[in-house]
Amino acid sequence: MADVSMAAMSGPRGAKPKKALSGRNIMLYGTLIVVCLYYILPLWVMVMTSLKGMPEVRMGNIFAPPVEITFQPWVKAWSEACTGLNCDGLSRGFWNSVIITVPSVIVSIIIASVNGYALINWKFKGSDIFFTILIFGSFIPYQVMLYPIVILLRELGIYGTLWGLVMVHTIFGMPILTLLFRNYFSSIPEELFKAARVDGAGFWGIYFRIMLPMSLPIFVVAMILQVTGIWNDFLFGVVYTKPELYPMTVQLNNIVNSVQGVKEYNVNMAATMLTGLVPLIVYFVSGKLFVRGIAAGAVKG
Amino acid sequence: MASTARSGRLFRNLNAKIAAIPMVLTALVVFVGGTIWTVVYSFTNSKLLPRLNFVGLDQYERLWESSRWLTSIGNLVLYGVFALIFTIAIGFLLAVLMDQKIRFEDTFRTIMLYPFALSFIVTGLVWQWILNPEFGIQGIVRDLGWESFTFDPLYNPDIVMFGLLIAGLWQGTGFVMCLMLAGLRGIDEDIWKAARVDGIPTWKTYLVVIVPMMRPVFITTLVIVASGIIKLYDLVVAQTSGGPGMASQVPAMYVYDYLFTAQNLGQGLAASTMMLLSVLIVLIPWAYLEFGGKKHG
Amino acid sequence: MGNSIEVKDLTLNFGSVSVLKNMNLDVAEGEFVVLLGPSGCGKSTLLNCLAGLLDITDGQIWIKGKNVTWSEPSERGIGMVFQSYALYPQMTVRGNLSFGLKNAKVPQAEIDKRIARAAEILQIQPLLDRKPAALSGGQRQRVAIGRALVRDVDVFLFDEPLSNLDAKLRSELRVEIKRLHNQLGNTMVYVTHDQIEALTLADRIAVMKGGVIQQLAAPLEIYNRPANLFVAGFLGSPSMNFLKGKTVDGGRAFQFGSTRIDLAGYEGGAVLVRDNAILGVRPEHITVSTTPIAGPSMPAEVEIDEHLGADSLLWLKAEGTNMSVRVPVEGRLPAGTKVHLGLDIPKASLFDSKTEQRI
Repeated sequence: MADVSMAAMSGPRGAKPKKALSGRNIMLYGTLIVVCLYYILPLWVMVMTSLKGMPEVRMGNIFAPPVEITFQPWVKAWSEACTGLNCDGLSRGFWNSVIITVPSVIVSIIIASVNGYALINWKFKGSDIFFTILIFGSFIPYQVMLYPIVILLRELGIYGTLWGLVMVHTIFGMPILTLLFRNYFSSIPEELFKAARVDGAGFWGIYFRIMLPMSLPIFVVAMILQVTGIWNDFLFGVVYTKPELYPMTVQLNNIVNSVQGVKEYNVNMAATMLTGLVPLIVYFVSGKLFVRGIAAGAVKG
Repeated sequence: MASTARSGRLFRNLNAKIAAIPMVLTALVVFVGGTIWTVVYSFTNSKLLPRLNFVGLDQYERLWESSRWLTSIGNLVLYGVFALIFTIAIGFLLAVLMDQKIRFEDTFRTIMLYPFALSFIVTGLVWQWILNPEFGIQGIVRDLGWESFTFDPLYNPDIVMFGLLIAGLWQGTGFVMCLMLAGLRGIDEDIWKAARVDGIPTWKTYLVVIVPMMRPVFITTLVIVASGIIKLYDLVVAQTSGGPGMASQVPAMYVYDYLFTAQNLGQGLAASTMMLLSVLIVLIPWAYLEFGGKKHG
Repeated sequence: MGNSIEVKDLTLNFGSVSVLKNMNLDVAEGEFVVLLGPSGCGKSTLLNCLAGLLDITDGQIWIKGKNVTWSEPSERGIGMVFQSYALYPQMTVRGNLSFGLKNAKVPQAEIDKRIARAAEILQIQPLLDRKPAALSGGQRQRVAIGRALVRDVDVFLFDEPLSNLDAKLRSELRVEIKRLHNQLGNTMVYVTHDQIEALTLADRIAVMKGGVIQQLAAPLEIYNRPANLFVAGFLGSPSMNFLKGKTVDGGRAFQFGSTRIDLAGYEGGAVLVRDNAILGVRPEHITVSTTPIAGPSMPAEVEIDEHLGADSLLWLKAEGTNMSVRVPVEGRLPAGTKVHLGLDIPKASLFDSKTEQRI
């Protein structure tokens, strides 16, 4: 008995010691930091190049910070860069993108949220079939539907207009957004919906008075998803708008990849940075909601 | 005591039906109708405008005789295989690293995921600049005294697809990491406790227990990544414009050119039908696995 | 006094699955009927049909002499209380109580009057301006009841209202619901899977299984004279002891293994001879003795004894069958004890093991 208690007292006792700098931790954090450097690198290069003058770009190292910081490339990219004969810079593309993104985001979210609500709470015969078609439709390459939609928009008289493009974004945003809202609404207890019906609220009454106030986070998620998605769109912008309404991405590509003239890499990078700024700001501000949006949309797809 | 039937209640859910009209139209007119339209007109010799002048499989024969199309398909397969393997492998490994109860997890994730918020145009242009042989990585290494160092994927037809791959992986792996991490977090904590009590090493638990449990996540990711790869377009336009020469052409580019610039609709539609076919090859087995089994359950 | 609710030949199918089968149920004015059954038996489904939240496939529903089969839930003159309370989280308690009245365009003065009355009855006056998130489970359920109360209707539907509460609150609110019923005299239909709630609250219990009402009767009747094996096994804890055997001797005795049990006193008369019969005896209708006893009895051996506080349970084996017997605390016996069991035959039930119906 005595031996046992002696051993117990002299053996390990209290909290188990932990090494902060174990081999495992060095490996773990080392790997993560190296990986992060790879991810940060392009952003770093983009910003650094855009802050250098052309002579320094030609002489120096693209990874090195500028010796002399200049904002001239940014100014030039914003207001002077040329696409074809137009030399009024990216600002035009920026405002076009704003004009396209705002109504597209609003319309697509309104329609998709009502869809999701109807699919969960007001199932009617065939509603699930349409939803399944919608989801499978989201896997069809856009190229398959590009031309039929041209015809459709032409028939409706909105081909090449802003509203034509808004409609295209609403259509192609519908599967993922409907899925997002459907999944969210399905997590709201059905009893709440039943209680509201006993209380005499109808389709729109329940949507506006009960569902909408409870679903603000998911609306934010949907907004993030749509703002970045529509802002980053290139293909639909090229196909369904006229050059004077080209979104920023299209104009950016035209500026950078134009074959005439001397390449001004610093201006190109400033222009690229400007185009990436809106989604980046949305991303950094929204944080976890962005992750939630892409995960909610994708995992259950 | 007449019993009631449910007939004549068409108008019961009227508001819901009205609200669903945009969805129904999108599903039927655009997705189903548009697809059928494209397939039907791919059998015609439509040039500038669609005409129902059927020519059988002519367009497809021309398509598969076109060296540009064959290059495009070859490129897509090459890019697709490597992109699939690497995004999923890297994405999973990063997710495992992130799952080790590390500090600053949010910071790491923010850094790995931000490229996903950027457009392919921006991605392509940045990497075009970094891979610029004169000023980019090649130039820098040469300046360090390594005069014979060569790394110019965007100007070498043999490896140009890998130049695109570097950019594609940069943009997409963070996203896959997030999906995988969500999958890992969805696994019951008790599995880990049981494995620890049984004395199974961590790496082996991942390999033998966790990976099989995450099968649905892997399959879903595979489908999402694969259907994204088939759509590959913006990145190529921005980074290489399909060059050098024809070396980085992809099917989506072929379709676009024939539909909107070469004014050979029939040919473009045949190419897009082939793209649809390749998606179905990915999608049908998946849909069968995912939904086919459950219906009987 | 007429019936408050009449369900006539109600059938409900989900696709090819039949959920409720040709069901008939009349609930009298002011009656408290409990729908009791295991999960999936269709009890909540039936309640949702009464409320109009589910479209039925065939049949009719009448409430207060009006055919409401096609009516909207809000037009049926019902109030409903849900298991998860289903309070609107973004509204205050007052907002929750008034939402339905506002939808029905009731004048504000009337709304205030009704809320004041409901708040007084349920003693939730201090909570009126709080949000549901700031309430405890018991308070939330009171508000949920209040929401039914302000509608000023004759029929209350309860869908497992106490299942989300802990044991102590559950018994408190149970008493309160009973008191409410006595005070208001409304017709109440109450769904639960908890037999204690059913036995304590109900005027009549409808025991359901597989979309069919197995037995509809007063609680004691259901407990003492179950109509079939399912009802007998579902009510009571621990479950009724079932002895498989046959009736012999012209139906005057029951042969259980090698033991012959005299059926004298069973439902006042002899029963028919059945080759396959089951004798059901509740644990509290069996006495245990270490010495042989007179009357219907059989030998058994104690396997486990469980102390429950107020009394004890003995788990025994008799003729190869596991049995339980409820005994006073001082009646506990160690495992392995050989005993004799005395059966209270007038309180026993006899079933045909083929049809599972009471004989």
